[in-house]
Amino acid sequence: MCTASRVRSAAFTVAVFWGTAVMAQPAGSASGLGRAPSDAEVRAWDIAIGPAGAELPEGSGSVGQGAAVFVNRGCTKCHGPTGTEGPAVVLVGGEVTSFTNYFPLAHWPFAPTIFSYIRRAMPYDQPGLLTANEVYALTAFLLNRNDIIPADAVMDAETLPQVVMPHRADYTVPEPWKPGTPRGFRIVP
Amino acid sequence: MKTTRPNRRRFLKETSALAGLAMAPGVVAVAPRFASAAPAAASADDHNALEHVLYGQRSRFVTTTRVIEGRSHPDRPPLRPTPHRPSARTPLGELVGTITPTSLHFTTQHHYGIPDIDPADHKLMIHGLVDRPLVFSVDELKRLPFVSRIHFLECIGNRPSPRAATVSDTHGRMACSEWTGVPLSVLLDEVGLKNTAKWIIAEGSDGGKHIKSVPLPKALDDVLVAYGQNGEPVRPDHGFPLRLVVPGFEGIYNVKWLRRIKVVEQPYLSFQEHSRFLTPNPKTQLDSYDFGPESVVTYPSGTHQLAGHGAYVISGLAWSGGGAVSRVEVSTDGGQTYADAEMAGPVLPKAHTRFYLPWRWDGQEAVIQSRCTDENGLVQPSEAEYAKYWGLTRQQLYRTIQSQLGHCNWMQAWRVNPDGRVTNGLPPVEEVSDVHG
Repeated sequence: MCTASRVRSAAFTVAVFWGTAVMAQPAGSASGLGRAPSDAEVRAWDIAIGPAGAELPEGSGSVGQGAAVFVNRGCTKCHGPTGTEGPAVVLVGGEVTSFTNYFPLAHWPFAPTIFSYIRRAMPYDQPGLLTANEVYALTAFLLNRNDIIPADAVMDAETLPQVVMPHRADYTVPEPWKPGTPRGFRIVP
Repeated sequence: MKTTRPNRRRFLKETSALAGLAMAPGVVAVAPRFASAAPAAASADDHNALEHVLYGQRSRFVTTTRVIEGRSHPDRPPLRPTPHRPSARTPLGELVGTITPTSLHFTTQHHYGIPDIDPADHKLMIHGLVDRPLVFSVDELKRLPFVSRIHFLECIGNRPSPRAATVSDTHGRMACSEWTGVPLSVLLDEVGLKNTAKWIIAEGSDGGKHIKSVPLPKALDDVLVAYGQNGEPVRPDHGFPLRLVVPGFEGIYNVKWLRRIKVVEQPYLSFQEHSRFLTPNPKTQLDSYDFGPESVVTYPSGTHQLAGHGAYVISGLAWSGGGAVSRVEVSTDGGQTYADAEMAGPVLPKAHTRFYLPWRWDGQEAVIQSRCTDENGLVQPSEAEYAKYWGLTRQQLYRTIQSQLGHCNWMQAWRVNPDGRVTNGLPPVEEVSDVHG
């Protein structure tokens, strides 16, 4: 594909252009541009939590603490007193149909991504406000209300990745994409 | 669609004149025209004003604007305690050529608002499964080799519909721009990939810190970290100062306000990758990367009015996420027969291609549609072919939300009625679930 070859030629240009720089500092980048981030910088920004939960921070929260956070942090303003009333997304219960415009929490494939989303995106008017303990507590509260973990469960970096989501088996990880991979939908004359 | 939204600058000028406010030398106050049906003659003064010399403006007879999405219209009760910024579609029915003017490029709601980023403070961190994690400033990125490429950008929310009034309703969540930036392959070369690297996670600096997983082969193929759009810096509502451009893939991959790229071993299946965007259906998963062959007639299209029988050109856009468009056919009889369309300009991979077909309208009813074939030999399906593939009835097809269907690339038809009015050409259905966006 011509676009791919253009990208490769651009990378090649860097290597050739800064070839001497590469030889002079074998540990550095080809261009010498950019700087190494500090550990603190990486920690502050490394907030996307993968299915294995490797990036989960220290802290913990219980179902009971989560019930209090749900009220005290104003989650009820948008999700209703019990997480079912709206006007925003229903957080407790719900079924997947062709006609629902949201995904019930029980259908999330991995529990750590619930923590990830709450921490990065909630509350809607002040995202990033919640402490790690509060996010663990809210995650525990919502998992319990959806009958996925017991009422005495405590969520932390150890326990959250071990939660088996009830619809996990419905998913397969997407196939790796390769240039020229034919799409699933294929009509050839 | 005709729009009547007033030119804001003129409106301000008129109101300031009414209020007796001081005006810049050389600016002549024009009489207010709050409800005049016919526009007054063009005023040369407007175009001579220093502000318009410094930053050009269009003719006051050209009033096309973006089209506000119905569901996010300001008069609807807000669902969220955040500033209510409506989604807006590209007015495809009023545009020509292939490049979408940036001011008319569709935008989504952005519930967290548009971040106000000083580029001098902005950073891009690349880390994870790399030899040397690096942080780049915007100025440093501009010192690296770059490319300028023309690519379409489409939201998965686009869908042909028997209910739609205009081509903006069906396909207006789409635009095409020239993007300038550093190939991501260059940046990944700078940091050095470890052998275990399989995916990248791209993250924005918006309030919600949107993330999206991109397969590494795609990241190394043609993905850009773009700082330029149509010759100027990317605008704030399109990701200033940096955005990811993932050619041919769904719009949601093109992370705006890009601040971080983490190289990882597996996709993160974050909120935006399963909620509404991935159903427990293997067919959908295979479809969730690049768009298939698509095309749509933009003229004549819904709400246009033909002046009478005689010579016209049928014109439209064709594109494919898999590469270049190789053929566009146009039908004027609802798909019974097709004629090959002409390409009006450059035919570029993963970019809008403008096609046309000279047409003499005889004044009888005509149903117009177009069909695209791409360089991979894939052909745009009819509505019936698409429904058959998914095992859905027509009724189910339009009652399922777009993002659960995958990519809705079947053909949209427009009906030219004997009186010259252009209306939707797909047979009506009882109910349409148009909830995306």
